[in-house]
Amino acid sequence: MENLLTRYRNISILVGVLFLQVLGLAIQVKRKTENESSRLIRVWTVAAITPLEKGVVGLEDGVSGVWHNYLYLRGVRKENRELQQEIQQLRLNQVRLSEDANQAHRLQALLRFKEQFILHTVASQVIGTSGSEESRSIYIDKGEQDGIKRDMPVITADGVVGKVLRVFGGTAEVLLISDQSSGAGAITEKSRLKGIVQGTPTGGLLLQKIMSDEQVQAGDRLLTSGGDGIFPKGMPLGEVFSVTRGKDSLLTIHVKPAANLNHLEEVLVITQQEERVPETADSDSAKAADILARQLPSVPEKPAPDKAAASAKPASQKLAQEHSGEKPQPQNLKTAGAAAEKPLAKPQTANAGVPQAKPNAESVSGNDVKKPVTRVIKISDQPGALPAAPAANSAPQSAPALPAKTGGQPQ
Amino acid sequence: MPITYTSGEQIEVYRFSIPATVLIPLLALFLQAFLPLKLHFFSYFDLPLLVVISFAVARRSQVAGLLTGSVIGLLQDALTHQPLGLYGISKTVVGYGASSLGVRLDVENAGARFLVTLVFYLIHEIIYFTIARSLVGLALKWSWQHELISALANAFLAVILFALLDRFKQRT
Repeated sequence: MENLLTRYRNISILVGVLFLQVLGLAIQVKRKTENESSRLIRVWTVAAITPLEKGVVGLEDGVSGVWHNYLYLRGVRKENRELQQEIQQLRLNQVRLSEDANQAHRLQALLRFKEQFILHTVASQVIGTSGSEESRSIYIDKGEQDGIKRDMPVITADGVVGKVLRVFGGTAEVLLISDQSSGAGAITEKSRLKGIVQGTPTGGLLLQKIMSDEQVQAGDRLLTSGGDGIFPKGMPLGEVFSVTRGKDSLLTIHVKPAANLNHLEEVLVITQQEERVPETADSDSAKAADILARQLPSVPEKPAPDKAAASAKPASQKLAQEHSGEKPQPQNLKTAGAAAEKPLAKPQTANAGVPQAKPNAESVSGNDVKKPVTRVIKISDQPGALPAAPAANSAPQSAPALPAKTGGQPQ
Repeated sequence: MPITYTSGEQIEVYRFSIPATVLIPLLALFLQAFLPLKLHFFSYFDLPLLVVISFAVARRSQVAGLLTGSVIGLLQDALTHQPLGLYGISKTVVGYGASSLGVRLDVENAGARFLVTLVFYLIHEIIYFTIARSLVGLALKWSWQHELISALANAFLAVILFALLDRFKQRT
């Protein structure tokens, strides 16, 4: 026997090493949860590899920062100008969206809907990957010391990235949504169909559990449904790029991830989220036109217009002044916004039973200003059209909706 | 030490210094984990596997080959979220096989290195997939096209890498 072992020493060692590893593998698969010994090996490996990764990423950032912030400044002025313009445009959009959000919050509060709020996020740098195509995970430079915990959602500005799988002292492993063991509750943005987005072995995404008689088209956006208890509701997950009829009367829907999972540099870990009924904003009374006027550069006041100038004013403005009974005022953005509301009153008077919007002075405060607000933004969305009077054809559409927006409180 | 001959030429046995034995696999693991962040195509390569093959054929010791493969494989497993042992078992077998081949054949020239890496890459993948499917229950998808492209890419890289690692070899 001893001779046999000596003769086949190498093959015996091979069999022994393989047996131990198979045994260890079987134990891990059976237990499902991570035991201490395998955890220890992972901690040691991560402790050996990640400091180097952090160092290289830090060095790269430093060099890149010096180059881009101090040396390579070509085209920065032009870019700055473009960004300023973009900011102006985004501010206009923000006003519109904040109004929509306020309205949604009021309705949610009325219906006692609970909403998930992201209270706190931790920005972190991606420092490495698992290095395996069969395991789609990344490592970030924040860990237990930074308040990161298992199962916390990880996102970018573009959409969902994944969730925290393992947490170490100063690093954490994030399982990407494209991994085959990943899954997230999803809902289609338009048709509100609920399903599950799962990773595939090739690193793609599949939307599952959608019946074949449902209408899903390429290009439909997918959002998180919030049903998985991990990802907050409404985060972009991806976009449908192919739909085929699969087995079991279900659709096979391939999804392109919203976040670029192949080129991740910085991510946000949502460390705190809360579910509560949204508060109704007290700033309801703050009119969108006022917010808009505050955010836009004001036009210097002109001297009091003479008769000739008054006669040259747009008909809509004249109409507005007639309704309000006010004296002509110098034209600035604020008054332009107010003037834009006036024509709304005209079609409303033609609608029997529809509460009439009050003229200028009264409509400035209170909930009944929502429609005029929308109209002001619509105009402002078109550059150069802001000071002009609103188009008459849009007023009849907005007027009947007024009571609904004010929570059914006619005046 | 038994002397093995091939084509009438004595095969030389090499060793690596302790720092090289420790640092080269760690560097390979680091590059394997870090480079796919910047160069996504790098995930086609398996640098730790190339290091295992290189060490095994240079040392020409089956025990050293399988132990090197086992340790590097387990460390590679530790960076993934899969159970430990998938890469460990695959690389143990490759380390043993490559060192066994190194005992019998001269794999010092570029052509032989290319072929050895090509074959052992495919063996490694077949073992990995078999274990992942049968023992762990992973639904991995085997694609001959993908595997052959990866094998060729790794074989090309191996020719360059082995030439670099030759600088760390010390004759016994």
